[in-house]
Amino acid sequence: MEPSPLSPERSRRRRDVLAALAQVLPSDALLGSPGELVPYECDGLSALRQVPLAVALPCDEAGVVAVLGVCRKLGVPVVARGAGTGLSGGALPHADGVVLSLARLNRIVALDPLAGIARVQPGVRNLSISEAAAPHGLYYAPDPSSQIACTIGGNVAENSGGVHCLKYGLTLHNVLAVRGYTMDGEELICGGAALDGPGLDLLPVVIGSEGLLLVVVEITVRLLPRPATARVVMASFDDVGRACDSVAAIIAVGIIPAGLEMMDQGASAAVEPFCHAGYDLSAAAILLIESDGTAAEVEDEIGRLSKIVRDAGATAVAVSGSEAERLRFWSGRKNAFPAAGRISPDYYCMDGTIPRRQLARVLGEIKRLEVRYGLRCINVFHAGDGNLHPLILFDANAAGEWQRAECFGTDILELCVALGGTITGEHGVGAEKIGTMCSQFSDGERAAFAAVKSAFDPAGLLNPAKVIPTLHRCAEYGRQRVHAGQLPFAGLERF
Amino acid sequence: MSPDAALLQVREQVRAAAARDMPLCIRGGGTKDFLGESRVGEVLDLAAVAGIVDYDPSELVITLRAGTPLAEVETLLATRGQCLAFEPPSFGPRSTIGGVVAAGLAGPRRASVGGIRDFVLGARLLTGDGEVLGFGGRVMKNVAGFDLSRLVCGSLGILGPIVELSLKVLPVPALERTLEFELSAAEAVVEFNRWSRLPLPLSASSWFADRARVRLSGVAPAVDAACAALGGRVLPVDEAGAWWDSVRHHRQPLLAAREPLWRLSLPSTTAPLPLSGSLLIEWAGALRWLRTDEDPARVRALAAASGGAAARWYGAPGEAMFDPLPPAALAVQRRLKAAFDPRGLFNRGRLVAAL
Repeated sequence: MEPSPLSPERSRRRRDVLAALAQVLPSDALLGSPGELVPYECDGLSALRQVPLAVALPCDEAGVVAVLGVCRKLGVPVVARGAGTGLSGGALPHADGVVLSLARLNRIVALDPLAGIARVQPGVRNLSISEAAAPHGLYYAPDPSSQIACTIGGNVAENSGGVHCLKYGLTLHNVLAVRGYTMDGEELICGGAALDGPGLDLLPVVIGSEGLLLVVVEITVRLLPRPATARVVMASFDDVGRACDSVAAIIAVGIIPAGLEMMDQGASAAVEPFCHAGYDLSAAAILLIESDGTAAEVEDEIGRLSKIVRDAGATAVAVSGSEAERLRFWSGRKNAFPAAGRISPDYYCMDGTIPRRQLARVLGEIKRLEVRYGLRCINVFHAGDGNLHPLILFDANAAGEWQRAECFGTDILELCVALGGTITGEHGVGAEKIGTMCSQFSDGERAAFAAVKSAFDPAGLLNPAKVIPTLHRCAEYGRQRVHAGQLPFAGLERF
Repeated sequence: MSPDAALLQVREQVRAAAARDMPLCIRGGGTKDFLGESRVGEVLDLAAVAGIVDYDPSELVITLRAGTPLAEVETLLATRGQCLAFEPPSFGPRSTIGGVVAAGLAGPRRASVGGIRDFVLGARLLTGDGEVLGFGGRVMKNVAGFDLSRLVCGSLGILGPIVELSLKVLPVPALERTLEFELSAAEAVVEFNRWSRLPLPLSASSWFADRARVRLSGVAPAVDAACAALGGRVLPVDEAGAWWDSVRHHRQPLLAAREPLWRLSLPSTTAPLPLSGSLLIEWAGALRWLRTDEDPARVRALAAASGGAAARWYGAPGEAMFDPLPPAALAVQRRLKAAFDPRGLFNRGRLVAAL
C-alpha cells in the first residue's frame, strides 16, 4: 500500500532531516523514501500505523549518538525500535519523527562464564543470548513467546516476562546494568556488575520505560545455570474455577513451579490442529505446570503437583516423559498467538494482570463481554502470576469490528484495574493503552510520571506521546467511557 | 491512634514544614540512624503508620503500612510458611518495613534470589506537596507506567516517606544445610562463583578467617544431591543457623563493632583487593566487609577500578559515606528528587550530599 502523500511542509521537513542525518550516517544506514519507510509504520500492534519522517539504522554506538545529536538540534522526536515485535505500539513511529532502529547493534560484546554475565548490544535477539551461553551450561531466563525474534533492547524497554518468570523473574530481575544515552547525548550507566552502588537505583526505572528515558546501547544480563532437567504436568479440568483453585493450592503448599500456564477450551481448540500438542479438547481449561531442577527434585515435585491437581478435580493428568514431549506440551501454548491468527483474520491481544484469586471471575466476565460485543475471545494466562492474555478475534475488514474489539479490550482492562490489578503485565502501555492509564493512575501519579520523563528528557523528544496521557487526553477518555452517566463496573470498589 | 489518623498527622506535619521550608528527617524505628551522609531536620515519625493491609498467602503478596515492625511481618509470614526472601538485616527490634525498604539492604540470600527491589511490587509515597501517590500495585507483573515503586528501594527517604508497600513473599525453604571448607579468600571467591554457575540450590555464601561456608536451601533431594556434589563439612544445624543470623543482622563481631568499616560492593569475581585488614565476604564475592587502616582514597579507588563501589560505615563525622556520582547521573537524580520533593524537604543530603 502506498502511503498518502505528505503535506508540503512535512515534505520539506523530511528533506531537511534526511539531509542532516546524511551528514552523520552512511547512505545504507538511512531510509527516507516512502517505499522504504512502510515496513516501519507499525510494530506487532498492526492496528496502529504511522509512517515516520525517516528511519536511521546506525551500526555502532557513535552512530546512535550522532543521530541523537542531529535530532536534538532539529527538535525531531526519536522513536527507538528493536525487532518491532512489541504488542502495544511502543515503537509506533511519530509522524514528525525519526525511527532509530537498533537492529544493527547486534553483537554479544563479552560473555564471562565464571561471573555468569554477558554484555550485549540492544539488537541481540533474546534467544541468541541463551544459545551463546549454552556451551557453559548457562542461559538467559526471561523467555517471551517471541524470543526467536525479539531483541534484548526491546525486552529492556518493555520489562518483558515469559512463561518462566514466576520462578525466574522478569527482565528487571535478570539484568544487572544498562548503558545508554539521554536525548542530551549524555552517557548514563544504570546498575553495574556489582549488585548495588551509590545514589538512587535508576535501573528499575529505566527497565520498562518504553523508550521514553534513554536510548540503550549496552545491556549486562545475568546468566543462570541451566537446570539439570525439566518436566511438565498437563492437567485437564471440566471447570475453570477448579483449575484456578488448583493454582492457588500449588502456591499454598510452597511450590513455585518453573512455569504455570492455563489455556481455556477456545485456546486449546485453536492451537491443537496447528501444533498437535496433544491437548484435551474436551477440557474447559488445561493447566501446564513445569518443574525443573535435579532429576530427584523434579521427580519429587511432579509427584506432589500431580496429587494436588487430582485432589482439585483434574479430569486427566499427563506428565511429559521426555524432553521432546515436554517441548510438545509447550508448543501449543507458545504458539497461541499465531494460532489465533490462523483461525481469525485478526486478533487483539490483551495483557491485564489481576490478583490470582480473581481469575475465575474475570473469565466469567469475558464470556459475558463476548456476547455483548458479538466477538469471540480465546484465553491464555500466565496463571501463576495472574497475567491474562485474552485474544479477541475480529476481522479488520468488517465494518465496526476493530472498534468493537477495542471497546471489548478496554472493558477487560477496566475490570482488571477494578479488581486490584493492572492494565499491562508485560506488553507495555505504548500508544495502545494510553487511555486506560487514566483509569489506573490519578492526576498526581500521572504528573509524577511526566516529571520523571522530564528528569531524563527535558525536551520531551524521546518517544513522545506514549505511556503518559495528558490531562486533556484523560478528560476525553472519561467522556468516551461514561455511558449514560455510568462507569463500567461502577459497583466494584476501586483499589 | 489509628494508622489513618497517624498518616493524617504526618501529612499535616509535611504541609506545615513545606509552608516554612523546614527540612524533615524521616524515621521509622530509628535503628539505622547511622546510614547516610547526614541527618538534618525535624523528625517525621512514621512508626504509627503501621499495620497489615492485606495478606493472602496463595497470592504470594503482602500489603502493609510502612511503620509495621519487621519482626511482626516476619512472624506473620512464618505462620503461613512464608518469608521475605531477601533476608533484610534488622538493627534492632524496632526496625520497620518502611525503613528496611528505604535503606535497601538485603541479607545473605541477595546473590541467589535478588535484592529488595526485586520483591517490591508497589509503594505509596507521600510527596512534598502532602499528596499520597501510588505506584506499582499488588500483582506480580505490572509494567503500567515507570516502575517508581522500586525507585524508593535504597533511596534513604530522599523522595519522601513511604507510607505503604506491597511485597512479594516466598515459601520458606523445606530444608537448609550449610557446608564448610578451609579456603583462602582468593580461593573462596573463585569457588563461590564456580558453584554459583552450577544448577545447585545455593542460597548463601560467606568467607571469614579462612573458612568458606555455603548454605543450600530447597527440598531434600536437591539439597542432598548438592551436598554430595560439593563435599565439605556439614555444619550442625544450630551452629549454621546462628552463623547466618549473625551475618544477616550484623551481630557477627567484625560487623557489629560500631567502628569504621568498609562495605565494598564489587563484581563477584574480583580477586581480593590488595588491602590489609580484617575481611568478611558475602554474596558469592559480590559483597565484602573490610576493617582497615588503609587510606580511604585508596580503598575507594581500588573498588572503583574493579567496577564496584565503596561505602564507609560508622565513619568519622564529616567523612563521606558513599562514592560521588558521575555528573550526568547527578543531574538526572537532582531532577528526580525535585519531581517528588520540589522544596527539598525530605532527608536532605542523606543519600547524596548535594541532594
